[in-house]
Amino acid sequence: MALLYCLVYDMRESHIMKIHYGTALAAVGLVAVHILMRMADGYHQSLEFANVLANYQFVPYAGLLEIILILLSIHGFNGLRVILLELHQGHSYEKAVSYGCIAGMIGLIAYGSRTIVMANMGMI
Amino acid sequence: MNNTIKLRVKRSATDDFDEFTIPVQKWTTVLECILHAKHQFDHSIAVRYSCRQATCGSCGMKINGKPSLACFTKVSEIDSDTITVEPMSNFPIIRDLAVKFDRLFENHRKVMPYMDNTPPESSRMHIQSPAELDKFIQFANCIKCGLCNSACPTMATDTSFTGPQALAQAYRYVADSRDKDKDKRLRIIDDSHGIWRCHFAGSCSQVCPKGVDPAMGIQLLRGYMLGLSD
Repeated sequence: MALLYCLVYDMRESHIMKIHYGTALAAVGLVAVHILMRMADGYHQSLEFANVLANYQFVPYAGLLEIILILLSIHGFNGLRVILLELHQGHSYEKAVSYGCIAGMIGLIAYGSRTIVMANMGMI
Repeated sequence: MNNTIKLRVKRSATDDFDEFTIPVQKWTTVLECILHAKHQFDHSIAVRYSCRQATCGSCGMKINGKPSLACFTKVSEIDSDTITVEPMSNFPIIRDLAVKFDRLFENHRKVMPYMDNTPPESSRMHIQSPAELDKFIQFANCIKCGLCNSACPTMATDTSFTGPQALAQAYRYVADSRDKDKDKRLRIIDDSHGIWRCHFAGSCSQVCPKGVDPAMGIQLLRGYMLGLSD
């Protein structure tokens, strides 16, 4: 909780925006690698269930997907936070938006990570 | 060009436009048209003005939809025989064309628009090179007319946004080599409704009657924030 408080109140907007821009740049690079790896198999073949599962079971590739998930969650939820802050103002509302976006981000990362780990361990 | 134009003035009491036929010459300004209507047809039209030479920044309004200074806009440069004047957007209306500047002045004050210019110990004066002066001089031309804030799309939705006027003024002092309060000023604008909420629409720079480029000032300020400028 204290960590969450620090994240919401102690971070200056410039730090948050540096993270926002950094995650965007990193995600563009990694998603490009991800798409190029799809092209290597042939696009249709790469979407077949067995191939998708095989990708998850290849640890470096699963790691790449996990990093993309984290980057896009951070970038996306901060983007949502910015949009919501511009839509409406007020101390309680802004607090709720900030906490809500952090909770959403953690939830999405947790759920996505669970899927990646389960697929990697052959539980799907 | 016809010798008369139709002037449509937005009235706050009825939330509708009153129309007046105004005789014009090629040098007639929109402010003169409004004052003609006020003196000859309807004394109750509320308009704020003072210098009539684009120096005081009092007569900002929307002229045919574009935020402009009424004293600085000639009828002959508007390609229409109908001129519609409305109060500036993103400002609370006092009456008719007069709007409240409280938020603009409050934000302007917030960014500390003054210098801590204690001279260096080695000298009794600040030495500034022409190159250092060039970094901020255009931003010193701001007359606080509020047209940039009126044109800004972020100001329309975010009531806490600092606004292009105040941010451009922040840059004017941050970029001044004589000032010692740079870090304090950068910290003030580095909040959730500060500099990062600008979407770089650029409309602020398009409407400035003094040739100030607030959009560029904001981007340059971001350079300071991201550590790309000293």
